[in-house]
Amino acid sequence: MPFNVEAIRADFPILQTKMAGKQLVYLDSAATSQKPKVVIEAIRDYYVRYNANIHRGIYELSEKATEAYIQSKEKAARLINADGIENIVYTRNATESLNLVALTYAAQNVRKGDHILITEMEHHSNIVPWQLLANRNNATLDYIKVDVKTGMLDRNSLSECMEKGPVIVSITQASNVLGTINDVKVIAKDAHSHGAAVIVDGAQSIPHMKVDVKDIDCDFLAFSAHKMFGPTGLGVMYAKSDMLDKMEPLFGGGDMIMTVTLKSHTWNGLPWKFEAGTSNIEGGIAFGAAIDYLNGLGLAAIDRHEKSLTEYALKRLGEIEGVSTFGPDLKYVDKRVGLVAFSVGGVHAHDIAQVFNDNGIAIRAGHHCAMPLVREVLKRDSLARMSFYAYNTKEEIDKAVDAIEKVKKVFKVC
Amino acid sequence: MDYADELISNYEHPHNKGKISGADAKFHEFNPVCGDDLTLYLKVRGGKVEDVKFDGTGCAISIASASMLTDEIKGKKLSEIESMNFEKLKEIIGIDPGPVRLKCATLSLKALKKAVFLYEHKKVDSETEKL
Repeated sequence: MPFNVEAIRADFPILQTKMAGKQLVYLDSAATSQKPKVVIEAIRDYYVRYNANIHRGIYELSEKATEAYIQSKEKAARLINADGIENIVYTRNATESLNLVALTYAAQNVRKGDHILITEMEHHSNIVPWQLLANRNNATLDYIKVDVKTGMLDRNSLSECMEKGPVIVSITQASNVLGTINDVKVIAKDAHSHGAAVIVDGAQSIPHMKVDVKDIDCDFLAFSAHKMFGPTGLGVMYAKSDMLDKMEPLFGGGDMIMTVTLKSHTWNGLPWKFEAGTSNIEGGIAFGAAIDYLNGLGLAAIDRHEKSLTEYALKRLGEIEGVSTFGPDLKYVDKRVGLVAFSVGGVHAHDIAQVFNDNGIAIRAGHHCAMPLVREVLKRDSLARMSFYAYNTKEEIDKAVDAIEKVKKVFKVC
Repeated sequence: MDYADELISNYEHPHNKGKISGADAKFHEFNPVCGDDLTLYLKVRGGKVEDVKFDGTGCAISIASASMLTDEIKGKKLSEIESMNFEKLKEIIGIDPGPVRLKCATLSLKALKKAVFLYEHKKVDSETEKL
């Protein structure tokens, strides 16, 4: 069945907006996706029809809100093939999910002299929590190197790092700068054979491809609702049940307890023992609507559509003199998610983004919260990045190419 | 915001770029959002700017702004620089950079004013910190 982009675009009211007086071309979905009407309506519907606090309200509104909130966890569990809602802890975002793992399981298990292993292509959210933990627990943080030529992880570096016997391996499934998809299944198997717990940052993968936590066999998986048609302020920390059972909660308060006395308390069951206080109820409910929408389009179809856009963008940008692209090249487009980082001559990425803005095109520019990768590995001050989702078209990439020609003209790049 | 010809030419061929050895004051400023990185060098005589240079890397707006600002302030009294604000900077660079690029434009003014305060052993005022 052909992917009907025009019909999809009609679901997103914001795509009718103008920016800088021009028809909006939104090429920044890797930062945050736009929201379809059904998600916006779900938030409104909750506040208009059944706003109430969840769990212990003995009245219909509260029951309805609780049911909708729990249903969203069931949908999230099914999406990644988790056993059930006991494995789905809601957080504020993928960053908080990664920090939560670092501050609970990892903090409780990393000892002096242990090794923690991540890669050079991580987002700051999967670097800084580990730097903090390594400092606190006197552990060593190792980085699997990126092969700058291929944009993929360096295999030799990977095996050298594994030989050190890390206790934690935390790795992105898809790079937000290079677009590279890492084979987390193979890495998880290797890491487990060395006795490590495996954490996967799925912020850039879960919105765009089918991921099965049983298949990749990760112990933890972090992702954000707002990058997959959902609201901001809601993230997921998936974890295997035996991990969650062993872990102490980070926050104490309402909802996360079973009983409290003046001297002690007992914890609530999974996943609730990790969710203290009133949750982001509207966010959870809207996330449920977002997952329904995502499933309606089909992740396989979204993936195919984005790959064809990525291929087209790499081809078109490759034809422009003075433009460089980053990440796996055209023949490895199947190893990429739908984003392309690029540079135009020596022009600062913010100047590129400014010219794009003047043409109604939203792209991201800077270090993309991956300073070690951009600065120390790719040796750039900044990069521009266009990223795609189900609602983007080849015509929008053509407009981006026209904007690049304008950048070249303004900044006299030959 | 349009990239005016004057701005582009100041970016391509910045004036007063480099270091001053034996500067009377220098100040380094960094914009973590853009990664603009700039050091400003000041030579003072009789309470006036005898020479000024800047060095560093950055986007067109930060470099062009530093180029035009340093041209403008040569020979100026330090007391005049102390009271320079964003409105004055906009006059000098001839554009309104808008909220997103504001910090790019003001980076050199911030470094300049801090260098002046440092030279005068004065505390940096809150207006300057907010630039």
